[in-house]
Amino acid sequence: MSEDKKVKRRDFIFTASYALGAVGVGAAAWPLIDQMNPDASERALASTEVDISGIERGQSITVLWRGKPVFIKRRTEEEIKKARKVDLKELPDPEKDEDRAKNPEWLVMLGMCTHLGCVPLGNKGEYDGWFCPCHGSHYDTSGRIRKGPAPTNLEIPKYEFISDSTIKIG
Amino acid sequence: MSDNNYTPDSKLGKWFNDRLPLLTLSKHLQDYPTPKNLNYWWTFGGILTFCLMTQIVTGLILAMHYVAHADMAFESVEHIMRNVNYGWLIRYVHANGASMFFLAVYIHIFRSLYYGSYKSPREIIWILGMIIYLLMMMTAFMGYVLPWGQMSFWGATVITNLFSAIPLIGESITTWLWGGYSVGNPTLTRFFSLHYLLPFLILGLVVLHIWALHVPGNNNPIGIELKKPSKDTVPFHPYIVIKDLFALLLFLIIFAFFVFYSPNILGHADNYIEANPVVTPAHIVPEWYLLPFYAILRSVPDKLLGVIAMFAAIFVLVILPWLDTSKVRSAIFRPLYKQFYWFLVADVLILGYMGAMPAEGTYLLIARVATGYYFIHFLIILPLLGYKEKTLEVPLSIMEPVLGGSTNPSFTKSQKKNI
Repeated sequence: MSEDKKVKRRDFIFTASYALGAVGVGAAAWPLIDQMNPDASERALASTEVDISGIERGQSITVLWRGKPVFIKRRTEEEIKKARKVDLKELPDPEKDEDRAKNPEWLVMLGMCTHLGCVPLGNKGEYDGWFCPCHGSHYDTSGRIRKGPAPTNLEIPKYEFISDSTIKIG
Repeated sequence: MSDNNYTPDSKLGKWFNDRLPLLTLSKHLQDYPTPKNLNYWWTFGGILTFCLMTQIVTGLILAMHYVAHADMAFESVEHIMRNVNYGWLIRYVHANGASMFFLAVYIHIFRSLYYGSYKSPREIIWILGMIIYLLMMMTAFMGYVLPWGQMSFWGATVITNLFSAIPLIGESITTWLWGGYSVGNPTLTRFFSLHYLLPFLILGLVVLHIWALHVPGNNNPIGIELKKPSKDTVPFHPYIVIKDLFALLLFLIIFAFFVFYSPNILGHADNYIEANPVVTPAHIVPEWYLLPFYAILRSVPDKLLGVIAMFAAIFVLVILPWLDTSKVRSAIFRPLYKQFYWFLVADVLILGYMGAMPAEGTYLLIARVATGYYFIHFLIILPLLGYKEKTLEVPLSIMEPVLGGSTNPSFTKSQKKNI
């Protein structure tokens, strides 16, 4: 305390030691935390190819991709029309059907309610799309949220048509 | 801690106690002065200790036969039920034991609410208790996932998805919790590991809970500070030990009824169907002891706000010692609080019932009103009541009203008349 210079030097050493210690503890803790993230075998399941040749108009299949259900729905003319004529102002999460289904006949989306992850039931609900039995979210024929606690539309995964009869998801 | 100068009788005892004062601790626990007017609502601390030990012992045994793998967990539980000697008994005790544990903890918490046991100087006991309660809910939830039935899987999905409500980092957190892109095998194995760990954390906190209790001593039905030891107290052993054991026996009758006569009544039939990630059961309901919070979650139409409301419902309990402004502890001397207390009990029961019903129409409306009242009770009624309420006169000691020296004049008069 008597000499200002010495106190300052000590302060510096303390602060530097604390900082180094914190960095060290953080570096040591990171592997312990990161091990809980998806491992290499989980990440390896990044894409799935699905044969869609057997799906009739109005039918829908559910496939698993990364452990998540994916709906592949071949929509009828009526369902497409219904989805396209909706006024965007009515939607809680406005999105054009044209953006959601590049090929209007095929709607590919994650079958997980954006509320708490349940699998919605098809051809149900007040908008003839999907209805989540867990907490009552209603989705329309484009998988857009219309009513209920879910905050956003059913998610569209990355996918592409490899041929006329095969879709690659992921 | 009145017995620091205790010396054991035997030479060996003295030698040992000088090196590790376990005998002093044992003496303290025996002599620990306890209010003589403790009623049967005070026996649930002992009952809860018993519940924790039962869960740990049966859980330890179940872990010897259970396989924590998504492909084998369901079968291994059936293996326990059908092949392992007394496996059915041990599993049913463990599964129903969780419900009994929560039954006892709710009585314990509501006893504390009625008699004001959370108030100064017992805030730390209360907060430790709330942390134990939170850990109990986490442990029970993860335990429910382990059989890998439909309710296990979808319960896990819904509860872990609560974290996806957090803005920006929500999705990374859920992925981190799952160890994948959905609930799967990595989720199951980590839940097993944590389900094994948490009870021992609870045990540690229980030790702190009791330690913190032994500093000021027990609250009591009339909620006054006592001189200890005095004519108002009795030693813990044998008086309280015997009373606790008797209450435990009665509790075990109820426990045994569930285990032997209706072991599945508190569970869900859907959990005897193996987990299927493509089909959600028509009606997802958590275990009964989580229903009030589930009702609060569902009664808010916004996802993030719903999750916040649910966690706030627990947090509001943690800060209760500072929300209740009344100096008088026991509801016996608080005529208004006594009424609001029973309103709260009814409110929580209603919330529990609504949590089990589908979230639509009248049910949803009632759940919303009950959720609102829950927060009004803690955030508005309790703080105001401390200033507005006219409390009754509190006796100076437990013995005083009995011996006739009451400060309440009408009380003494009527006594004299009788003589």
